[in-house]
Amino acid sequence: MRAYQDYVQLAEKRGLKIGEIILAEQAEESEKPEAELRERMRLNLNVMREAVDSGLSGERKSHSGLIGGDAAKVQARWKSGESLTGERISGAIARALAVAEVNATMGKIVAAPTAGSCGVLPAVLLTVEEALNCSEDDLVTALFTTAGIGMVIADRANVSGAEGGCQAEIGSAAGMAAAAAVELAGGTPGQTSDAAAIALKSLLGLVCDPIAGLVEVPCVKRNATAATIALAAAEMALAGVESKVPLDEVIDAMNEIGKQMPCSLRETAQGGLAVTPTGRRIKADFL
Amino acid sequence: MGKSTVFDLIGPVMVGPSSSHTAGAVRLGAMALKILGTEPIEVEITLHGSFAETGKGHGTNFALVAGLLGMRTDDERIPQAIQLAEEKGINIYFKTENLGEVHPNTVKFRLTGRDGKVVEVIGSSIGGGRIVVNRINEFQVEVMGDYNTLVILHQDLPGVVGQVTSLLATAQINIAQMRVSREKKGSQALTIVETDQAIEPAALALMFKLPAVYQAMAIDPLG
Repeated sequence: MRAYQDYVQLAEKRGLKIGEIILAEQAEESEKPEAELRERMRLNLNVMREAVDSGLSGERKSHSGLIGGDAAKVQARWKSGESLTGERISGAIARALAVAEVNATMGKIVAAPTAGSCGVLPAVLLTVEEALNCSEDDLVTALFTTAGIGMVIADRANVSGAEGGCQAEIGSAAGMAAAAAVELAGGTPGQTSDAAAIALKSLLGLVCDPIAGLVEVPCVKRNATAATIALAAAEMALAGVESKVPLDEVIDAMNEIGKQMPCSLRETAQGGLAVTPTGRRIKADFL
Repeated sequence: MGKSTVFDLIGPVMVGPSSSHTAGAVRLGAMALKILGTEPIEVEITLHGSFAETGKGHGTNFALVAGLLGMRTDDERIPQAIQLAEEKGINIYFKTENLGEVHPNTVKFRLTGRDGKVVEVIGSSIGGGRIVVNRINEFQVEVMGDYNTLVILHQDLPGVVGQVTSLLATAQINIAQMRVSREKKGSQALTIVETDQAIEPAALALMFKLPAVYQAMAIDPLG
């Protein structure tokens, strides 16, 4: 079973970033040159950027009519300078909403790790890019770091809402994004682990209860709040705050919690928000 | 089950809204098309569980058909797939049915090719766009679409597996993973070999010539 701690130790020993360790491992396993894998990841980054731009333009509406235009609203407030949370948090919220709206309206996105959680990573990466002026190369390397955490989660637990609840999707995305933010801000490999653990811990137990079974409510807004959790976790880790429970153990706990979750709260639309009076009414109207 | 790679976690690039119900569905359709090996003329699709319950809002129906038309997960024509299939003269029927103790996102395809060949394929979308084919006709398999895959149905006799692997070795094909299962001693056995290189038709034809081999099928990986 994969352990993130092994990657941290290897990265520290060799004085490399986690993303560089993951890239080297993948190049060896797939027998492909690192440059080819970097290029493929760069294309993923481009799709993420396009999805942010497309979602912020505010012209989309989902088939059910529930989703569309909220990213543009938050963007307007962020750009007005009156944002309560400041431009970074507002920017992250708007970008996460943007990508999740593109997804809900059947536009093109990168599943990261899933389509339901596709807004978190682009929101955090592009917000950190804007804040710190990171190079594209560093962003690509950070994507390998996130993939490393994702692979550990997929190996020890899973990233599917149907199996592990929303914690497995949005929690994983937040953990992955938090680690990327730490790495881009110059944190240590150990700090990426702390940030991911703190973010994932914050979303443990989150159930998957989509209204009418659609990736719309509450999924789109959860992308935005998860992006802010990722940034908060990164801020703590960069300040030297440690996760008392190591990341690998948090992932194992997430797996156990997922197993204990009733089927009604794992993407079946038979529990939680899906069966509130409003949830039932929306379902009846749409289906 | 094969280990995930970086592009399973950061990817696929896809048309929304659901990696399991949309992208996974496209990949299941694409896998079924590869197994049929020719363009289908008649398609019966049976949806189970969550695919049946929530498929409509996720576009699972047209995503499955998009795969059968050979589209990839990021093809922006996916929402028009059913219409495109009809224009090609492909007859499509959808059903919902409880397929028993299977993954909630499971589909059964019954495909008839233009050449009259019929296959039945059952597969599941297991999260993040990853899939597994569980059954091809009456045979239980576990095909993920990550590798070139050779499926061989043969008599359970000493040396058959060895003959298969030496044919692969002669063809310079490296084995990544291999599984052998059988009904009972001496009866039918199923060997599934995942390989690093493509299994050329010539190599497949040699498998057919082995006296103990009943059926052999080479399935390309999903791109």
